[in-house]
Amino acid sequence: MITIKYFGPLADEVGTSIETLAWQGGSTDDLLDLLRSRGAPWSSALAPDKIYKLAVNQQICHGVAQIDDQTEVGILPPVTGG
Amino acid sequence: MQHCLIEIHADELDLAHWHKRASELETDDGAQVVFTGMVRGGDYDVPVTHLFIEHYPSVTENEIQKIVQAAAAQWPISSCIVLHRVGKIHTAQPIVWVMTQSRHRAAAYAANEFIMDYLKVAAPFWKKECFADGTERWVAAKNSDRDKYRQWLS
Repeated sequence: MITIKYFGPLADEVGTSIETLAWQGGSTDDLLDLLRSRGAPWSSALAPDKIYKLAVNQQICHGVAQIDDQTEVGILPPVTGG
Repeated sequence: MQHCLIEIHADELDLAHWHKRASELETDDGAQVVFTGMVRGGDYDVPVTHLFIEHYPSVTENEIQKIVQAAAAQWPISSCIVLHRVGKIHTAQPIVWVMTQSRHRAAAYAANEFIMDYLKVAAPFWKKECFADGTERWVAAKNSDRDKYRQWLS
């Protein structure tokens, strides 16, 4: 199982801030493909042309990363702090 | 860097406490720059009563730490404190407080501005505006913030 956390407007868009998911291993791209395959609202919220970052085990990814079982994945829309 | 402190606060920032704490740092510096960001309420026809800020605990602190380290790599700052509010913040309350200290003012000013510019585009905070008529909306990322961040890259 992996834990997925959604933040800010993205959590509102997909209707949850956290979920657990059975996971056989794969990359961040594999996870995004899996989530998009659910259809709306996931397919639009996580569409390839949308801007967001992923964090794997609380480290923000720059590029594709491997996701192992028991991992926490955060999906972060554009930030607006300060 | 001799002193570095990064804290996320759910309660109102006690600025008198933090100014006192900054003044008590044992350094031989000649410059201390403090920036305080406040919540504005009058940008729209309907006033903003408060903000709600969400963040990604521990990732936020790590990303701010990276920003401070990047600043310290460019300017000789001896001390830095970054405080940021989360949760419900009323208008006119402080939302962010950044203190940078150095031997001379140019480094303290530049590092402080760099930290703020990077914080706005890289630290995982999300800001929701809550209005007097009961409506609310997430704030969209601003191109002007990205432009200010990019100026440090050129």
